[in-house]
Amino acid sequence: MSKTGFPAAARRELADAQMRRNVGKATSTIRARRAARVAEVPDWEALRDAGAAIKARAMATLPEQLERLEASVTRAGGQVHWAHDAAECNAIVSGIVRGHGAPEVIKVKSLATDEIGMNDALAKDGVAAIETDLAELINQLGHDTSSHILVPAIHRNRAEIKQLFERTVARGEDLGWEPKALAEAARCHLREKFLSVPVATSGANFAVAETGTIGVVESEGNGRMCLTLPQVLITVMGIEKVLPEWRDLEVFVQLLPRSATGERMNPYTSLWTGVHAGDGPQEFHLVLLDNGRTDVLADEVGRSALHCIRCSACLNSCPVYSRVGGHAYESVYPGPIGAILTPQLRGLENAPTLPYASSLCGACYEFCPVKINIPSVLLHLRGRVVREYKSKRSPEALAMETIGRVFASQGLYERAQKLARLGHGPIMAAALPGWTSMRGLPEVPQQTFREWWRSRPPEPADAAGPAS
Amino acid sequence: MSGGREAMLARVRAALVPAAEVPEIPRAYRQAGALGTGGDSATVKLFCDRVADYRATVKRVTAEELPGALTAACAQRGARRVAMPADAPPWAVEGVELVRDNPALSPRQLDELDGVLSGCALAIAETGTIVLDAIGASGRRALTLVPDYHLCVVRSADIVPSVPDAVAALAPAAAEGRPITFISGPSATVDIELVRVEGVHGPRTLDVFVVDS
Repeated sequence: MSKTGFPAAARRELADAQMRRNVGKATSTIRARRAARVAEVPDWEALRDAGAAIKARAMATLPEQLERLEASVTRAGGQVHWAHDAAECNAIVSGIVRGHGAPEVIKVKSLATDEIGMNDALAKDGVAAIETDLAELINQLGHDTSSHILVPAIHRNRAEIKQLFERTVARGEDLGWEPKALAEAARCHLREKFLSVPVATSGANFAVAETGTIGVVESEGNGRMCLTLPQVLITVMGIEKVLPEWRDLEVFVQLLPRSATGERMNPYTSLWTGVHAGDGPQEFHLVLLDNGRTDVLADEVGRSALHCIRCSACLNSCPVYSRVGGHAYESVYPGPIGAILTPQLRGLENAPTLPYASSLCGACYEFCPVKINIPSVLLHLRGRVVREYKSKRSPEALAMETIGRVFASQGLYERAQKLARLGHGPIMAAALPGWTSMRGLPEVPQQTFREWWRSRPPEPADAAGPAS
Repeated sequence: MSGGREAMLARVRAALVPAAEVPEIPRAYRQAGALGTGGDSATVKLFCDRVADYRATVKRVTAEELPGALTAACAQRGARRVAMPADAPPWAVEGVELVRDNPALSPRQLDELDGVLSGCALAIAETGTIVLDAIGASGRRALTLVPDYHLCVVRSADIVPSVPDAVAALAPAAAEGRPITFISGPSATVDIELVRVEGVHGPRTLDVFVVDS
C-alpha cells in the first residue's frame, strides 16, 4: 500500500468497524492486565528510573558498548557483521543463508527484520522466510501487515483466521471456531519446519556488551525452537539494543513483561552467548543494524526514542492508537513510539504528518517503562517539521506574520478588533473552512475592553483610594 | 565488511558530538539480597502460588515422596517414554522408560518421546519462573523444548526471592557462555482475539515438583 500520510490513512482505517472493535477491546484488556501487574511491584518507579538511566548511558557510550559487544560475541564463537542500511543488512543475511544452500529459513518475530523488509529481499534471492510466531504467520499467510507491536494480527477476528487457515495450512480441513484448534493447526504446520530447516533468523530484545549474551523474550516457544534446533542462527539487531552490563538485565526482565502483556513474566526468555558446543546452533551471526539509528542519535532531544524496549504499553495507553489502530501509522512501529521513531528513522520529510498523530495527552509517557517523554519529543519534531520542511510562504506562516505585525501596534490592533466584529460569522467560517468543519468559532464581543474603559462615566475623586 | 564497521562506528561517534551526558544508574530498586537468600517457607509458598497462576500444576513433596509423585503424574498424562538430561540425578519413575540424553538425542528422537524430566539451576518466587542453565539436571535446551510434556523438579533451597537474585546467581553461567532459559508456565499465545491458549510450540503441559530440602 502506498503511503498517504497519517490523516488520510487514519480516515481510511476508521471506516473499518471490525478493526475498531478489535483494537479497542485489545487495548483496554491489555491496559487492565498491565495495571494489575504493575501495581503489585512496590519498586516499579525505581525500576523505571534505573531503566531510563541504563538506556541513556548505553546511548551516550554507544561506540564503546558496540565494540565491547563485538569482542564478547567473537570471543564466544559468534561472528559480528555491521550493516549501514536495509540493503546491506539483507545482503549479509542472504549471503549467509545461500552460503548454506538453504531454500528456507525459519524466523522468530522481529521488528528489525520487518523494518528492513528482509522477507521480501530473501524471496528475491530465492529463499523463503517462514514466520513462526502465530500472529506473524497469520499476517504472512494473509499477505497482511502488522497492526500492533505485540499482537500483530489483532485487527483480525477468529472467523477471518479460521477461513485463512482452512484454505492454507489446514488444506481444506474444518478447524472449528476455538482459538485452541487454530493454534493447534499452526503447531502441526510448523513442527516439521522446526525439525528440518537448518537456518533461523531472529531479532534481539537485548544484547549484553559485557558478556556477549543475546536475549529473546517470547510466549509460544517458536522462538526457542528457532534459537535451538537449526544449525545456523542469524540475529539482526538494531544498534540501540545493547546493554552495558549483565546485571542491567535484572531491570529489563522485570519491566518488559509487565509492561507488554501484563504478565509477571513471559513464558520463555532465551539467553545465549555465541556458540555453545553440543547445545543449539553451532554457527552464530550477529548483524548490527544502523538503518537511520545514528540520525536519531544525532538529535539530542529525539534520541530518547532509541531507549524503547518495544513493550507497546504506549500503544495500549493511547487514545489515538486505540481508535485508528496500527495500520494508520504506515510503519512497523505504530502508536506514540512510532510517531516519534518512524519520522526520525526515515527522515522527517518522509513522514511529516506522524508527529501530529497525537493529542499530547501524555498517557504514553506515564506508561513508558523507560520514561521516554514522548509528548516532548513529538513537540520537538513538530517544530522541526515546521522549521525544516514547511514553506515560509505557507498560509499558516503568512497568517502568523500578519498577526505579529498587528499585535505590535495599538492602532492596527484596535482596527483589527473592529474588523473582526464586522467579519464575524459567515465570512470567517468561509475563510477558515478546515477549522470550522469540526468546531464553532468563539463569539466576538460587541464591545472591547478598551472601548468599555473609555466609555465609563468618570468616578468621583474620593472613591478612588482604598478605605482607611 | 570491516570497512562497513569503521564507517558505522565513525557515524555513531559523530552523532554523539557534542558528547552526551553519561548518567549514573540509580539502583534504588530491590537489588539482589534485598529480600533474603531464599529457600525459606514464605519464598517457597510464593513460588508455588505464582507457578499455579500460570496454569501449570505444582506439587510440594519430600525427597521420599518424589518418585511416587513423578510416577502418578506420568500415569495421569499417559507418558511412557520420557527423556532426561545426561547428568541428571538417578531419578526413577515406575512404569516409565527414562531415556538419558547420552548419547545426545536428535530433535526427531525427542519428538517421539512423551515427555522430559529435568531439574533446574534455580527458580524465582516472585515471578514463578524456572531457570535452566544447560548443565547438570537442566540439560541441553532441545531436551526441555521438543517433547510436549515437561516435568521439572525444583529443590526448595534453589528458590530465590526475586529476579535480581536470579540474575546475580546466573552471572557465572553467562560468563561461561552457557545458554540460559527462563520458563514461566507452559507455552501460550493470545494472538487470536486475546484468548489465552496454553501450548503452542513449547511443552503444552508443565508439572512442577518442589522438593523440600
